[in-house]
This record gives sequence, structure tokens and C-alpha cells, in this order.
Amino acid sequence: MNKNKKSPQTVEFKNKPKIIGNYSIVGPKEGAGNFGEYFDYVMKSDLFGEKTYERAERKMVETALVGAIDRAMLTPRDISLLLAGDLLNQIISSSYAARSFDMPYLGLFGACSTMAESLAIGASLVDGGYFKTIACSTVSHFSTAERQFRFPLELGNQRPPTSQWTATAAGCSILSLEGSGPVITKATFGKVTDFGIKDVNNMGAAMAPAAMGTLVRHFEDTNSKPEDYDLIVTGDLGKLGSEILIDLMEDKGYKLGINYCDCGQMMFRRKQETLMGASGCGCSASILNSFLLKKIKDGTYKKILFMATGALLSTTSSQQGDSVPGIAHAVVIEKE
Amino acid sequence: MNDIEKNKKYNEYVEAKIPKTRAFPSLLNSFWVGGLICVIGQAINDLLLTAFPYMAEQTAWGYTLIILIFIASFLTGIGVYDRIGRFAGGGSIVPITGFSNSITSPAVDFKNEGIIYGVCVKMFSIAGPVIVIGVLSSIIVGLIYLFL
Repeated sequence: MNKNKKSPQTVEFKNKPKIIGNYSIVGPKEGAGNFGEYFDYVMKSDLFGEKTYERAERKMVETALVGAIDRAMLTPRDISLLLAGDLLNQIISSSYAARSFDMPYLGLFGACSTMAESLAIGASLVDGGYFKTIACSTVSHFSTAERQFRFPLELGNQRPPTSQWTATAAGCSILSLEGSGPVITKATFGKVTDFGIKDVNNMGAAMAPAAMGTLVRHFEDTNSKPEDYDLIVTGDLGKLGSEILIDLMEDKGYKLGINYCDCGQMMFRRKQETLMGASGCGCSASILNSFLLKKIKDGTYKKILFMATGALLSTTSSQQGDSVPGIAHAVVIEKE
Repeated sequence: MNDIEKNKKYNEYVEAKIPKTRAFPSLLNSFWVGGLICVIGQAINDLLLTAFPYMAEQTAWGYTLIILIFIASFLTGIGVYDRIGRFAGGGSIVPITGFSNSITSPAVDFKNEGIIYGVCVKMFSIAGPVIVIGVLSSIIVGLIYLFL
């Protein structure tokens, strides 16, 4: 197995694990955003016909999973492992969703980096031949995240200018060596990086150093440069975070040009008043599993670097005055 | 360069990059919405005094507050007050309507967690500190008043 190991942080996959099925589901606000037409399913209400937002979030995972399995022309019985995670305490959305499926499950927590994390782990396991078909899924929900991390939904407060809007969205990808679809060729696992940002309303600034670390490491490990990719897309740094990332990368001698973009920054339209843009695991997961994979399949992009970033804080750590550590994982996805 | 210095430098850099809230429009919106709420309160008070000529002024104040609290709670319940708050900021937080909103909103939010552990426990999660500080400061002011 060690032959695949190129360096401590980047793994190269020799057997071409492919994304053979993908599905995205979003809330009404996200559906009205820039990628509205690309999502597989836009919910009519944030409650998704459930009694609570938490249950709605669970149902989103289930829907995404079933949808992706369906797209891959498989049945739930064919899935040998489910890798999933979300933002809620004890990742209840993923675990509770997994209980209604008859498949082995590994819960992941990488905050908003979970999509890239699950793809990287999934691709490693599939490539190594340990599992045949792996489902990778993440979800986030504005209302549940807001309740857990911030204030009640109806509280009449103002959002700070650096804040982001947790996307109500879920995405699921099915990985396998058999079948056809975009190929995951490399993955870079990130390190927890903390530059001492304490403002919980400024996630972009907290996560940008981690993104920079993973990106620099990726370019060094793979001996590549930003221009080698048709698109370098980060998860949810938001407007401020991506500007910081561009600056940080420039300090390291890498120039992120027009091929760099951020899912969080792109998700909503300006008039939707989300300030720095979207955040949450679902943000990058839904855009990857709709727009990005579609554009790779139709050949618009041949090779992209998908890097999701996460802020690994909890309400307890922030109330106790600790700073916000960030993490970023990256995967290279290429046209078959 | 050690970590502390590096973090300090990064924090300063981020601070300089953060988009600033434009003070004037925010203040203006706060001012006129907050003022409007006070005018509505005064109007309710005057109407009460006109409608019930024998009502004591102190009693009318009480009723005015109750009516304002009710309106704000109602607007919170139907999902309007948070929009006013997003627009007006301090203008709709400082009057008693903001206090009402801060109690109603967690109560609405946590009704799924049950009456006792949801609504009753969470109801004061935002307003609690305000009450504690209000009581404490009135004790201190009372003590000062006693000894002066």
C-alpha cells in the first residue's frame, strides 16, 4: 500500500476511483441563488414536511443518499460503506439518517470541510480495494446551525458584516472503481491550523490559513502550480476569506488567478443579503455535486482542485475565549 | 517570528481587511425606527387616557407597556420582528419591544424541546443577563441613594 504514498500529506490514487453518482438538495433560498438551476432538488420549505428543522436536515441526507444511489444505477444494498458528517452536536443528522439504511457507517466531523474529507477517505478506501462502493455525504441546515451556534431565528439582531449564511443544502457522491464518472486522482489531507482568530463571526479569516497550508502543501507535493488546474475551488471561505487566501498565497509565492473561486462566495446572489456569502458543509457539497461535477462531465473543466475548509470550533470553546482552529482538505477531480 | 507574533500580525491584517459597517445609515435607521416605536407607545398611552378618562396615568403606562410587549411578541411569532431588527439594529432592540422579542424568539425556537426544558429554560437565554444586570444595578443605585 505504501507505493501510493507520495508524501505525508498527499495521496495519489492509481486505480482511478470514480464518482459514479451524485445528488444535491437545497433549501428555497439556495434554490433562488446563482446555482438554482443546477441542483437536483429544491425544497419548497426549510422544514421539508417535517416537524422540526433537525428532522428536515436528516431527511435531506436520506434524500441525497437515495438520489445519488439512484443516479449511480445501484440499490442501497450495493453500498459497502457510508461516510457522512454534518455540523450538529454529535453529528446527529448523519447518524440518524444512517439508521434507516442497512449499510456500514462511519461518522465524520470536519465541520464544513466534511465533503472533501469524506471524498478523500472514500477514495483512499476504494482505491485500496477495501470497499467496493462508498457513499460520501454531508449536510448543513441554516435553521439548525443558527439555533446551535448563534441566536434564535426570530431574534431581531443585526448580523456582523463578516458573517456568513449557513447554507441549507446536502450533497452525496458515490465512489467506485467500476462505472464511469469524474475521477479522483489525488487527495491532500490538511493540518489543523490556528492563527489566533477569536471572532466566531469571521470564519473566513479563521479558515484561510488552513486553506493556505493545504494548498501550498498540495502544490509542493504534486509539483504543480495554480495554473495547472482549470479551477481551484474552495468550500466556504466567503468573500473576505477568499481575499485573505489570495493574499496569503501570494506571500508564499503562488498567484491564484481567475481560475480560483469559492463556493460560499458564489452560492447566493448579492440581493439575498448574505454578507460574506454562504457557509456550512452543504454549501460546497451541493455545488460540487451539481454544478462542478456536471461541468467536469461535459468537459468544461478537465481538472479541478476541490478544497473544503472547516472551522473546528464549538460554542463552548468560543465562549471560553479560545480561538478558532481551521482545517482544509483537498481532492483533485479530473474528467475520466 | 514566533507564533504569538505571527498571530498578532495576522489578526491586525484581518482587522484592516474587514469591511466596516457604514455608521451613518445604520444610525439613521436605528434612530427613526426607535423613535417610531416610542411614538406608537405614546399614541397608545394617549388613546388609553382619552378612551378611559378616569384611568390613572400610572395605570395607563402599565397598559401601554403590556400592549407594546404583546405587539412585539406577536410580530416575533409571525416572523416580522427579526426583519425589523435586521433593518433597524439598536432602534428596535433598545425599546421594551426588543426585550419582548428576546424572550419570545427563544421560546418559539425551542418549543420542540418541550415546555419545561425547551420553552421555560431557553426563554431567558438572551434576556437573562439583562434582567440580572438590571436587578444588580438597581440594588447598587438603591444603596447609593440610601447613603446620600
